[in-house]
Amino acid sequence: MPPLMVTPVTTSGPTRVPPTSKVLSVSSLRKAYGGTVAVDGVSFDVGRGEIVGLLGPNGAGKTTTINMVLGVLEPTSGSIHIEDVDLARQRSAALERTNFAAVYSPLPGNLTVAQNLRVFGLIYGVKSLSARIAELLEEFDLVRFRDTRCGVLSSGEQTRVALAKAMLNRPHLLLLDEPTASLDPATARDIRERIRDFASRGTGGVLWTSHNMYEVEDVCHRVLFMSHGKVLLEGDPRTLPGEHGKASLEELFIAVAREPLALERA
Amino acid sequence: MRPRRAAAVALRHFYLLRGSVARFLPLFAWVAIDMVLWGFMSRYLNSVATPGLDFVHTLLGAVLLWDFFTRVMQGVTMVFFEDVWSRNFLNVFATPLSISEYVGGLVLSTIATSAVGLLVMWVLATAVFGLSFAAYGAMFIPFLAVLFLFGVAIGIFGCALVLRLGPASEWFVWPIPALISPFAGVFYPLSTLPGWMQAVSWLLPPSYVFEGMRTLVAGGSFSGTSLLWGGGLAVVQVLLASAFFSRVHRHAVRTGLIARYSAESVS
Repeated sequence: MPPLMVTPVTTSGPTRVPPTSKVLSVSSLRKAYGGTVAVDGVSFDVGRGEIVGLLGPNGAGKTTTINMVLGVLEPTSGSIHIEDVDLARQRSAALERTNFAAVYSPLPGNLTVAQNLRVFGLIYGVKSLSARIAELLEEFDLVRFRDTRCGVLSSGEQTRVALAKAMLNRPHLLLLDEPTASLDPATARDIRERIRDFASRGTGGVLWTSHNMYEVEDVCHRVLFMSHGKVLLEGDPRTLPGEHGKASLEELFIAVAREPLALERA
Repeated sequence: MRPRRAAAVALRHFYLLRGSVARFLPLFAWVAIDMVLWGFMSRYLNSVATPGLDFVHTLLGAVLLWDFFTRVMQGVTMVFFEDVWSRNFLNVFATPLSISEYVGGLVLSTIATSAVGLLVMWVLATAVFGLSFAAYGAMFIPFLAVLFLFGVAIGIFGCALVLRLGPASEWFVWPIPALISPFAGVFYPLSTLPGWMQAVSWLLPPSYVFEGMRTLVAGGSFSGTSLLWGGGLAVVQVLLASAFFSRVHRHAVRTGLIARYSAESVS
């Protein structure tokens, strides 16, 4: 079937800062559970100052990939380097430069915001921790929740706490697994602004998963489409749909989910 | 190993204890009740038994030492269970924290929590029931040290078991002290036990402690070498338990269990 002639819907997108160096290099990454292959020879990188979207339908292998980068899941084969540090050989050194926030992993609800930040700040070896906590409480508008238990905060407030924790060690690689899921549009936009600010400072890169294609187009410099454990497509989220005859990133996403083989051949 | 990381694990538990009566009270409430119950029991037995038998130092002293071991074990497992209950594994294990630092944090925490239990027991046993630690002489400190190490070993073993089998297997961990106590000869000499049970007893460090304690209270002499064996065994068991925890953690990282640990995914 010939590709549809459509006019891609584009947005201005984030200001592209050419990456100066890689903060994450993933090479031939594979994870198999017996005969089931969850991630199948994936290779990609994330540059400093870059926000890379990792997209794909449920079960595509995105979270498995992120878990391997976080060191909580051992790859069957392949390598992960955070900056120049091999995660398999120098786990602690690699994870000192990394941090993450995931919608399915809230901070313990039985500790206050300040207590959680202090505990994780100590684990990440943050210097001048009290000052850093005060700075993050201010930055993420959490000062009034300082002594509130995380469990009683709203979803948006909990996400801001998770992001404050993720920024504690000024990570060079920030992993965000659906950070804006279940947030109202205003809060989600606020979160996106903060992530963009982080990337624009040029000290770290971001690997971001989301099912909100508007958000991805708005935030990400580059996207990787995964399906059945493989990266099928890679490119600029504003031009990629047009390159594949789709009107929008959402249409491209649906095509990846429904007809991955056709796209793979293309 | 970075001590600050281990301290962070202990600090987290301190925050939880400070903010929750339900967590703080059990540190000393149950052992205090034990002291009162067994204190009066010892007094009563002293009044009806042959003169010269000292139940306060044999029975109440034994309960105090056994409760100390139990508090040490629970001090280790409780910190771990807090991570299980708050589904905190991904947050904790996706950090630079190493397994030795995490286990170090569990041990640091239990040093503090078991000390609270010991202090309360000591005050009650001495002030109310006249237990004198002088009856055990200088060996009392090594007795505590051996029981502490064994409590740490069993605690780490229990954590590994729950990590491997899932939150529902907590049920296996709580009764471990009760399972061990008949073999450890807490209340009676090991010679009371049949041969096969005695063989098991000599693999348990508390057996050396309680045999020694009874010998000292009876006015006999107790060989430090025997307690050294108990201490050596306890050290070996701490190392074995740590290796087991490390192995289970490795399995959990290989299978993805750490990332999706919950009652639904494991058990």
